[in-house]
Amino acid sequence: MADDTAPDALTELYAHDMADALRSGSVSARELAAAHLARTHRTDRGLHAWLSIDDERALAEADAADARLAAARAEGSAAVAALHPMHGVPVALKDLVSVRGGQATAGSRILEGYRAPYDAHITERLRAAGAVILGKTNMDEFAMGSSTEHSAYGPTSNPWDLGRVPGGSSGGSAAAVAAFQTPVSIGTDTGGSIRQPASMCGITGMRPTYGRVSRYGIVAFASSLDQVGPFARDARDAAALLHAVAGHDERDSTSAAIPVPDDLLTLPTDDDEAAAWLRGKRFGLPNEYFVSGMEPGVEARIREAVAALEAAGAIVEPVSLPHTDYGLAAYYIVAPAEASSNLARYDGVRFGHSARGGGDYLSDYLATRGGGFGPEVKRRIMLGTYALSAGYYDAFYLKALKVRTLIKRDFDLLWGQGFDALVAPTAPSVAFKFGAKTADPVEMYLTDACTLPVNMAGLPGISIPCGLSDGLPVGLQFIGAPWSEAELFRAARAYEGVTAGAAWRKMSPSGLAALEDPGVPTPAQRAARH
Amino acid sequence: MATLSRADVQHVAHLARLGVTEAELVALEGQLNHILEQYAKLAELDTDAIPPTAQVIELETILRDDVVRPSLDPAAVLANSPERDGDFFVVPAILGGD
Repeated sequence: MADDTAPDALTELYAHDMADALRSGSVSARELAAAHLARTHRTDRGLHAWLSIDDERALAEADAADARLAAARAEGSAAVAALHPMHGVPVALKDLVSVRGGQATAGSRILEGYRAPYDAHITERLRAAGAVILGKTNMDEFAMGSSTEHSAYGPTSNPWDLGRVPGGSSGGSAAAVAAFQTPVSIGTDTGGSIRQPASMCGITGMRPTYGRVSRYGIVAFASSLDQVGPFARDARDAAALLHAVAGHDERDSTSAAIPVPDDLLTLPTDDDEAAAWLRGKRFGLPNEYFVSGMEPGVEARIREAVAALEAAGAIVEPVSLPHTDYGLAAYYIVAPAEASSNLARYDGVRFGHSARGGGDYLSDYLATRGGGFGPEVKRRIMLGTYALSAGYYDAFYLKALKVRTLIKRDFDLLWGQGFDALVAPTAPSVAFKFGAKTADPVEMYLTDACTLPVNMAGLPGISIPCGLSDGLPVGLQFIGAPWSEAELFRAARAYEGVTAGAAWRKMSPSGLAALEDPGVPTPAQRAARH
Repeated sequence: MATLSRADVQHVAHLARLGVTEAELVALEGQLNHILEQYAKLAELDTDAIPPTAQVIELETILRDDVVRPSLDPAAVLANSPERDGDFFVVPAILGGD
């Protein structure tokens, strides 16, 4: 192999470069899978982004992708062109996505040993697209958390600073992409769990419109808020991955029968062409998203990004989303209420952890659930049970649903005024140190202040890198009207075009070298020091 | 705004079928009350005339034909059972008496 196709060089390609290389025959899906598996095995001791890696299955899927490509080539150029851009490209899945015969722990002890009896809808779609599933990534237990420190299997480190969290709850999926262990990955976003870790790991992550991607086969947290979405190292790759998994599925009756735009596959390759899209576009800048306690370095990067958009011809107007400040309280009633209901299924009878003491059924439930769930999950189940209990339903749950209406109306008003999108910070801070927010649950919840209103309103949102503060990535968020994912990706791609020459774009995560040391401390060891 | 006593926390844990230790009860009492303080903010808003939003996209009731379709493989499903008897899940007795 020439130097530029040495295994590690293959892991530094974008997925769209891999697609080109596969089609030209300069690389095989097997070589791509093998290169990523090798890098992951070599570097994951210090990162712990993964909960399972299945080399055998991944290589078999890669061989199948190579065979399909060879058959398409024999058939002619139309057959090759019909292959999805994700064909032969490695992908990682958050460990709450079902892959038949594989684990799906959702980061919890209560699902330890569980084997999924079927494929999730998105797993079927990825297989149909020819993507190669490498394995499953770490996460906060049942996606409840903003740092991945609530995983029952130990925390994940941030590739930019191994003593810091990658964000969460999809922290493993974000860290794996940032550390070149996989070009793209899947996460879920209930209150910010894709956008916030994307921000903290310096990559791109999108939460699509509620109903865009089927949740069939995905472990449920809060069913009116959960959505599935992509992580990637640029907008084009994230858009291609979303295209592969989005669309109606009758097995999830909340998935919408709205066509998936092919525009997701035709984002401009040329930076200037991409940037030109901004001319005359109108963005709202919500004042309330510059929340109290926001780090000055984060606010500075966001203001600079806004200035760059304006310099490229966009119109950015200050706007108000007056009920933003009530989002946190309303979210932390609605999400736990739904979780307390969804998690009632973990009864130790049909699957998962089961503690049977020979007593009555009640003592079995208490022991199974008491021993199987971790502290944050217990807190949320308690909050939700309380908010739904007799005498408190109106004061808490119903009140929160009414506030949800107000939050949604704030956004609707702006869409009615013709804004193309809103531009905002993704998170109030850069990645924080292990243990910094674990003592006080409310401190942890506040890290989602700029993301969770989007979930409450069911909107799409994307986080893209916009520079560094003290050497750590800052994320810029675009928020759109329902079903405007293609426009959000245009905006993201345009910002990439505008900042193509920026020095921070050329920087790799500063922790990568340390990950090469076979004796590097594990994230659990680092976290224990705090 | 309501505050939770230790006994309230114990009661909610029972409703949620969560076994909690004495140490967990103590921690939960403090943490849950701290979180409830955040909820108090919602009382600032007059929502009497506001309808609730339980779900955010326009959806019609989904119907399908009542026909037999393939379902999951019983062997794969039962393989996850903590305790089984042939093609049955063994459940703890839920009725009293002998």
